[in-house]
Amino acid sequence: MSKPFSPKVVTANALIEGDVIYLAADDRWVRSLTEAEVLTDEAVAQLRLLDASARSAEAVGVYLAEVADGLDGPQPTHFREAFRATGPSNYAHGKQAEG
Amino acid sequence: MYRYTDFDTAFVAERNRQFRQQVRRRISGALTEDEFKPLRLMNGLYLQLHAYMLRVAIPYGTLNSAQMDQLALLAETWDKGYGHFTTRQNIQYNWPKLGDVPDMLDALAEVGLHAIQTSGNTIRNVTADHFAGGAADEIADPRPVAELLRQWSTDHPEFQFLPRKFKIAVTGSANDRAVIKAHDIGIQVVERDGQIGYRVLVGGGLGRTPMIGKELADFVPQADLLPYVEAVVSVWNLLGRRDNKYKARIKITVHEHGLDEIRALVESRFAETRAAFGGHDVALFEEIAAQFAPPAFRNAPTEVYDAAYATDPVFRAWADTNLSAHRIDGYAIAQISLKAHGETPGDASADQMRVMADIARRYGHDELRISHEQNVVLPHVHKSDLPAIHKILKANGLATANIGRISDIIACPGMDYCALATARSIPIAQEIATRFDELKIENDIGELKIKISGCINACGHHHVGHIGILGLDRAGVENYQITLGGDATETAALGERTGPGFSADDIVPAIERIVEAYLEHRSGREESFLETYRRLGMAPFKLALYGEETAKKARAA
Repeated sequence: MSKPFSPKVVTANALIEGDVIYLAADDRWVRSLTEAEVLTDEAVAQLRLLDASARSAEAVGVYLAEVADGLDGPQPTHFREAFRATGPSNYAHGKQAEG
Repeated sequence: MYRYTDFDTAFVAERNRQFRQQVRRRISGALTEDEFKPLRLMNGLYLQLHAYMLRVAIPYGTLNSAQMDQLALLAETWDKGYGHFTTRQNIQYNWPKLGDVPDMLDALAEVGLHAIQTSGNTIRNVTADHFAGGAADEIADPRPVAELLRQWSTDHPEFQFLPRKFKIAVTGSANDRAVIKAHDIGIQVVERDGQIGYRVLVGGGLGRTPMIGKELADFVPQADLLPYVEAVVSVWNLLGRRDNKYKARIKITVHEHGLDEIRALVESRFAETRAAFGGHDVALFEEIAAQFAPPAFRNAPTEVYDAAYATDPVFRAWADTNLSAHRIDGYAIAQISLKAHGETPGDASADQMRVMADIARRYGHDELRISHEQNVVLPHVHKSDLPAIHKILKANGLATANIGRISDIIACPGMDYCALATARSIPIAQEIATRFDELKIENDIGELKIKISGCINACGHHHVGHIGILGLDRAGVENYQITLGGDATETAALGERTGPGFSADDIVPAIERIVEAYLEHRSGREESFLETYRRLGMAPFKLALYGEETAKKARAA
C-alpha cells in the first residue's frame, strides 16, 4: 500500500518583493500560511501546482510544502517552513513583523 | 587606494544599464525566471528564504569612508537599516525588492562599488589579508595583485561559464590571515634573492569535500603571475567536471588527476599564455601598485595612549585583544568587533557604518577593511588617537574586546536567511557568545576560534575552526555536529568530527564541556586550545562530550 498523501499547500516567493507567498483557494496569492488552501488530494495538488507554476510573472520557485491541518488553519510540519512562515529568529523582521 | 579609471566607470555603468533593462523585462513578463536567474546571479542577486539578497563585492576587503557611508545609505534606503559582512569580505543586504536593485547598483557605482561576479560559476571577488598595507610581517601589499586579478577576471570571456565558482585569495605575509589554503587558488607574496614573486597553491576548499591547498609553484616571478593564473584556470576550465556539480571544483580535479599531472598541464598552457600576454599586464600592475602607496604616516608621541593603557582597564582590555602590530612605529592596526555578545555576527547598522566611516576619515587615513572573520579593521591608526577612537566605538556599541576570543565567532546566515541552509547558525553563535560572557572566562580561555556553518557548503568555515559546528537537518530536526582541531592559518588543518551531533538545545552545553576539558587539561595559560588539542588528541574532549562508554569505544577503535 502506498503512503497516504499528507496535506500540502502551494508556496513560492513573490516576484517583486521576494517574500513567501501561498496559494489561496480563490487563486489569490496570500502572505499568511493560515489563509492558504490545504490540498488533501494528490491529483488536485499536482494540478494546483501546475497552474501556480504557470504564473511566472507573479511567483518564483513554486512548490508543494507539507502542512498539518490544525484548528487554526494549516501549520508547518518542518522547521524550514516554520521559518518561512514567520521570518528570521535574530530580528523581528519578515512576516512576524507584519502581523 | 585604487580609483576607478574611465574604463572601469563606463564598464560598471553599462552593466548596470543592462541589468536595469533585464529587471524591467522580468517584471513585465518578457523574461521567465529560468532566463532571468543567470542574469541576476551575474549581478549578485539571489532569492533567499524570505526575500531577495544582494551581495556587494568589497574587493580585497578594502573600503574608504565614502564607500562605507554609501553602504549605510543602501542599508537605510532599500533594506532594514543594516548590512551583513560575510566570510568573503563582501556585504549582503537581506531585504531588497527586485525593482529597487538597479537603483542600489547605481548608488554603489557612484562610489566605485559593484556586485559583479559575486555569484555564479565565475571567478569571484578576490580576497586578501585584511591587514594588507599595515601588517608588521608583510613582504609586500597583496592588494595590487588582488586588483590586477579583479580587472583580469571581470567579464573575462573565457571564464564566464566555468565548471563551478572559483575563489582566489592573496596574502602578503607568511602568517596567513586570508585562509589561502582553503581557496581554489591561494597566492602568497614571497621574496627570493631580492625579487618579489608568488608561491601559488591550488585545490584548497571547504564545502562537502574539504581539502587543504597544495603547492603548485614555489616561486612565480611577478611578471608571470597573470599568465600563470590564467593557465591554471584555463586547464581546469577544460578538465573540470561538468557532469556533477559536487565534483566540479578544482580541488576535485587536482585530487583526481594528481598534482603532478596538473602541474605539467599548467606548465604547458603557461608557455602559451605567457607568450600571449605581451607585457601589458606588467605595465598595468605597476600603475595599480602606484595607487596603493602607503599614506603619509606621522611621527608623533604616544603618551596619550600609554596613559590610557595604564589607567583605563576597559581601554586596556580592548587594546590587548583588538590591536595588532603595525609596520610603522607608533601606529597600530585596530579591529572593530562586529561580534557584540548576543548580536548577529557580522551585522552592522547604518549608524554604525557611518560611525566607522567617520573614524576612518578623522583618524584612519580614510581606510577601512572587512575581514573574512566578519569584523571591520582600521588598518592605520596612530596610537595617540586610539583612546579617542575607543571612546567613539564604545558610545556606539562597537568596542567589544573579543577579537580571537571564543565569542568572536564566524557564522554564516544559516536557515534564518539562506535558502540552501539545513539549520540555523546565528542563534547558536548568539547563545555561545552570551553564555561565555556570563561565565566571564573568555580572557582566561584565550585564543579560540569557533566557526559555524548552517549547511555542508561551509560558508561559515567550520572545517577550519578550532571548534567547528555544522548544522544539519536530521529527520526534520536541527542537529549540530562538532569538529575539533581545525586551523585556518599557514598551518591549516581540517577539524576532526567528535562523534554524534547535538540538538539545538544541547549544543551550547556541549561546547561548554569542551572548553572545561581544555581548561582542565592545558599545560598552562600559555597553551592555547589548539595546542592542547594537538598535544592530547580527541580523547579528553570525547570523554567530556559523550562520557566514559563512548570514549572507551573510541579508544578501542
